[in-house]
Amino acid sequence: MSIWEYANPKKFMQTSAWALPWVTGLAVVLLAGGLIWGFFLTPDDFKQGSTVKIIYLHVPSAMMAVTAWFMMLAGSLIWLIRRHHVSALTAKAAGPVGLTFTLIGLVTGAIWGQPMWGTWWAWDPRLTSFLILGLFYLGYIALWEAIEDPDTAADLTSVLCIVGSVFAFMSRYAVMFWNQGLHQGASLSIDKEEHVSNVYAFPLWTCIAGFVLLFVTLVLLRTRTEIRARRMKSLLARERVA
Amino acid sequence: MIALLLRDLRLAMRAGGGFGLGLAFFLMVTVLVPLGVGPEFEVLRRIAPGILWVGALLACLLTLDRLFALDFEDGSLEVLATAPIPMEGVVAVKSLAHWVVTGLPLTLIAPGLGVLMSLAPEGYLWLVVALAVGTPALSVIGAFGAALTVGLKRGGLLLSLLVLPMYVPTLIFGTDVVTRGARGLDPGTPLLFLAGITLGAVALLPFAAAAAIRANLK
Repeated sequence: MSIWEYANPKKFMQTSAWALPWVTGLAVVLLAGGLIWGFFLTPDDFKQGSTVKIIYLHVPSAMMAVTAWFMMLAGSLIWLIRRHHVSALTAKAAGPVGLTFTLIGLVTGAIWGQPMWGTWWAWDPRLTSFLILGLFYLGYIALWEAIEDPDTAADLTSVLCIVGSVFAFMSRYAVMFWNQGLHQGASLSIDKEEHVSNVYAFPLWTCIAGFVLLFVTLVLLRTRTEIRARRMKSLLARERVA
Repeated sequence: MIALLLRDLRLAMRAGGGFGLGLAFFLMVTVLVPLGVGPEFEVLRRIAPGILWVGALLACLLTLDRLFALDFEDGSLEVLATAPIPMEGVVAVKSLAHWVVTGLPLTLIAPGLGVLMSLAPEGYLWLVVALAVGTPALSVIGAFGAALTVGLKRGGLLLSLLVLPMYVPTLIFGTDVVTRGARGLDPGTPLLFLAGITLGAVALLPFAAAAAIRANLK
């Protein structure tokens, strides 16, 4: 029993079919719980009022936007090194999900920034690098769509993903590299005392866990779709030959 | 490798090679901007570094799709792939040739266009330094993008979508060097960042571009 067994599409389909309802259910429970807890059962901040509550969407989606790219990096590396098709397909499946998280992060940030900073958008290092990350997602998805041969597409997007990781890394740590700009530093940390009061931190952690599971759910679902699409294509090709 | 460099340079210089197109485009951009935003001295002086850098960036981008595509179409890229020099070397030489016919002339004519944009007198030296340090990165990053899209029929638009985000750091630090220089401040820090980006790109991206070309030739 090793992890590489899941490189077999059949084994992957079986296991993911079993796991998917559980992951989905847990994601729904955690997200619903975290969001209801966060939106309705926590007090308003004395300075920010109720706008503070957008943190429950903004922070997890922004975190996942970057994490999704690193997951794609892992999938791409496994594809380049061991040529497992499922791994390339998970990377492909994660692309649009990551782009969506990036957009949610940008939009919720803008909605929060308008009353708090007095502007929808500022050319601050973190916002800029995050926007670039979004453009990288667009390029990545477009490259997948543009190339017809699936193996070549997987190769080229993997190389692009590796190069793009530099930018994903930059947008993750931009706040620490440049301490100019409007965006605040870390809101949560495991080892230090919380920067955010516990009243907000606990529902926030719940939401983060929910977003992680939501991401896993969507990627599993999309990968299964991709595998089925591949199977259909080969079946159709076989029929045409016969 | 030297033979390859000379071949690429000759191809670019001869008629139909596209040499000078990038330069003409750069000139057009810097002529259009004052007409568009109005000839006020202060406004132009303030936006000059940014406009000159954006113009250089776009002029570089224009010539990228020819970098590998022509060789891919007539099959000479396959010959190069089986040649005794590694693909990484081919990419490096081709980016160097691209820089010699776009980045270098852009750097040289930039001060002249700076006059059109009424750049502050202290800025000229830094404009040339920043372009000389930054444009090699543009060529290498562009070579990577061109390598990714070489097999595509209409890769031009996709190429710009892939390449422009990667140009952003060069643009930011390059503009910062010129802006600080023009205001008489010390442009050392952004210049070091700019040099770092260029060195990193020159050192690493030929490997990525070579991998992409190999995948495309398979």
